[in-house]
Amino acid sequence: MAAGVATWLPFARAAAVGWLPLAKKMMPKPPVDNSSRSDEILYVNVSGVRFQTWKNTLDRYPDTLLGSSEKEFFYNEDTQEYFFDRDHEMFRHILNFYRTGKLHYPRHECIQAFDEELAFYGIVPEIIGDCCMEEYRDRKKENQERLAEDTEANEATDAPLPPHSTHRERLWRAFENPHTSTMALVFYYVTGFFIAVSVIANVVETVPCRPPKGKVGDLPCGEKYQLAFFCMDTACVLIFTFEYLMRLFAAPSRCKFMRSVMSVIDVVAIMPYYIGLVMPENEDVSGAFVTLRVFRVFRIFKFSRHSQGLRILGYTLKSCASELGFLLFSLTMAIIIFATVMFYAEKGTKSSTFTSIPASFWYTIVTMTTLGYGDMVPSTIAGKIFGSICSLSGVLVIALPVPVIVSNFSRIYHQNQRADKMRAQQKVRLARIRMAKKGTTNAFLQYKEDHTLGDRDSGSTALCVKNRSAFEHQHHHLLHCLEKTTNHEFTDEMTYSELCMTESVGFRTSRSTSLSSQQGAQNNSTGCCPRRARRRAAMRLANSTVSVSRGSVQELDTLHFKTTAIPPQTRSSLNAQPDDLKLNCGEQDFSAAIISIPTPPANTPDESLPPSPAPLAGILRNTRATAYTHDTVKISSL
Amino acid sequence: MGAVVGTLTMQTKQRRLSRDKADDDLEMTTVCHRPEGLDQLEAQTSFSKRELQVLYRGFKNECPSGIVNEDTFKQIYSKFFPHGDASAYAHYLFNAFDTGQTGSIMFEDFVNALSILLRGSVVEKLQWTFNLYDINRDGYISKEEMTDIVRAIYDMMGKYTYPVLKHDAPKQHVDAFFQKMDKNRDGVVTLDEFIFSCQEDENIMRSLQLFENVI
Repeated sequence: MAAGVATWLPFARAAAVGWLPLAKKMMPKPPVDNSSRSDEILYVNVSGVRFQTWKNTLDRYPDTLLGSSEKEFFYNEDTQEYFFDRDHEMFRHILNFYRTGKLHYPRHECIQAFDEELAFYGIVPEIIGDCCMEEYRDRKKENQERLAEDTEANEATDAPLPPHSTHRERLWRAFENPHTSTMALVFYYVTGFFIAVSVIANVVETVPCRPPKGKVGDLPCGEKYQLAFFCMDTACVLIFTFEYLMRLFAAPSRCKFMRSVMSVIDVVAIMPYYIGLVMPENEDVSGAFVTLRVFRVFRIFKFSRHSQGLRILGYTLKSCASELGFLLFSLTMAIIIFATVMFYAEKGTKSSTFTSIPASFWYTIVTMTTLGYGDMVPSTIAGKIFGSICSLSGVLVIALPVPVIVSNFSRIYHQNQRADKMRAQQKVRLARIRMAKKGTTNAFLQYKEDHTLGDRDSGSTALCVKNRSAFEHQHHHLLHCLEKTTNHEFTDEMTYSELCMTESVGFRTSRSTSLSSQQGAQNNSTGCCPRRARRRAAMRLANSTVSVSRGSVQELDTLHFKTTAIPPQTRSSLNAQPDDLKLNCGEQDFSAAIISIPTPPANTPDESLPPSPAPLAGILRNTRATAYTHDTVKISSL
Repeated sequence: MGAVVGTLTMQTKQRRLSRDKADDDLEMTTVCHRPEGLDQLEAQTSFSKRELQVLYRGFKNECPSGIVNEDTFKQIYSKFFPHGDASAYAHYLFNAFDTGQTGSIMFEDFVNALSILLRGSVVEKLQWTFNLYDINRDGYISKEEMTDIVRAIYDMMGKYTYPVLKHDAPKQHVDAFFQKMDKNRDGVVTLDEFIFSCQEDENIMRSLQLFENVI
């Protein structure tokens, strides 16, 4: 119920006194209202801007956030006000809604931002007032169209195929998007070439050639070189048929494909040939056969698969159907009217060309479109008068729907441009997202290092641990819990793929033996597992991922630190992925935040490495011949 | 040929509507009423200043022009009774509120009536009710007037009631009412008969008190 109704309720209840003498039974007890009767002013602080309003105002709409007890969650006891950390400019409109009962849409705001605010405050967008509803709807539709384009671009035909696609899917993709593989591109150009050849052949067929010896008069080339043209035609049709059958085979939904426009054009392009083959060389039907040959010109429409512009044009015409229909209808009306008038005006004249009304149609059309061939010309004065009126009105009638069609075309064209831009942006975005994901994985693995590191050397780690936010700590703890639950570990893409490739028991056992052999060697800590080895493994990994992580670091502000040692882990190397990430926190001189810049992998360990891992390096080098170099760039940000 | 239909109906449909509406709005906005001062109203009615402020704020929000005409009144009242048709009863109610018979309710009328209904004495309330029933203001409630009122009240109930509404229910109701109220059996109920009979009825007396805490 609207605000107004709430205001009038007390009055309606009071008026119920009028029913009392008529009542057969006693009235029920009224509801007891314990809330304070006196109206109070509420303070609402929206990111610093203080709004004040009567409590009653907000109570008008009890099913919204501000009208219900939900707002108590935002009440700040210290300042005695309701605090919302949202946009105060939008809040103005929301509050106005309570005050006036009408919700307005601010035109300069983004439609999505506005929708989000409405959703937050529990207001349904349908109650936007009539004044702003149209604008709101238009913007919303536009936005949705844009999003739909985005998702279409997302089902990006440019994205890599899922790994297990059948031949059919691959074939279809090759057809739809020729740029994916060379074969597809070749096929694309070949068909294009043959379409052109076919069309040109059709055209050249009719050009008069010099007659062969012994004949008089020019012959169209088609008849002179009949065999040659026939062969060319056959070749083209064969190619088109082959292409059509391939598409039909590869199409995910054959029925849908057969109904599509392009498929119809394909069929129409090749049918005349087959019909011609089948039909006998009969005098009667050859006339019809000649007509069929006209359909061969439809092959030119096959070019629309190759040309974006043609498609846009076709789409425009389709979307302007109503305007075109209007144009056609009004023209028809005008033609009939003027033709009739002209016919009767010119009826009396001798040798008039206006022999009937349909004959006058031709004159009217030619005049209205300002062509003016002059093959039919009025001779009476009345005819001339009406003729001039006809030509003037023709200009008007045709000029009217044209701007609509033009604007439609322009809109669709721009949409298309936008779609292309989106696709390009999408690639960049995806790349960035991938890097960000790697970054988080790295950060998480880093966290796991610290977690066990914390056991031993809290003093040095305190510094590095502190520099990650509480959020990240908790997030990483959560991921860690998940790992423990599933008994698998997180790793990143590259490691996973290389593990898939290099997976061999030998690798593992060799490592484990090498590791265990090192157990006695390093005794920096009480840990039993050789941290150095793991660090080596990590460094190997680091090399592959760090180039990515640098980018992601810059993207995500994760800070990486260096340690001397990797804390002991209780996981055996036979567990899923033994990779820990390289850069560890530690008490080594770098107490600053370090963003490491990877150098190209070197096959020998750097001197800056502590000497002990050296013997290990050799073992590991067999499996993966890269080592992480410690060229780190100190960037002090602390 | 949707285009055809479209063009043919792209006619003058909007023109007529907007013209009427514009005239109405013009009328409403040019007539703007301000109530008498707060102190005066406080003296006239039994509301405190605060209560009057609250009432006026709500009223002004709804009717910035300061007056409510009958159509608006009917619309508002209908919102409370969506099941049935409240327009007939709203019409009678409007007349009862509009003490000056001006055709529109102003804030003073609004507040005066509320004052009587909520804070008035029993006799005042009953007098107001009598005025409501006495449609032609001749001092007598006839059977026809009562039937109209009762029928209007039953209309508000709508179609779907339990038990099902019989056609002669209003008539029976009116008969029962007259049985009770019309002491001298002259076919009409006067104000004194009305007040006297109501004061006799326990139910009515008790119910009258229930409506005191509406504001």
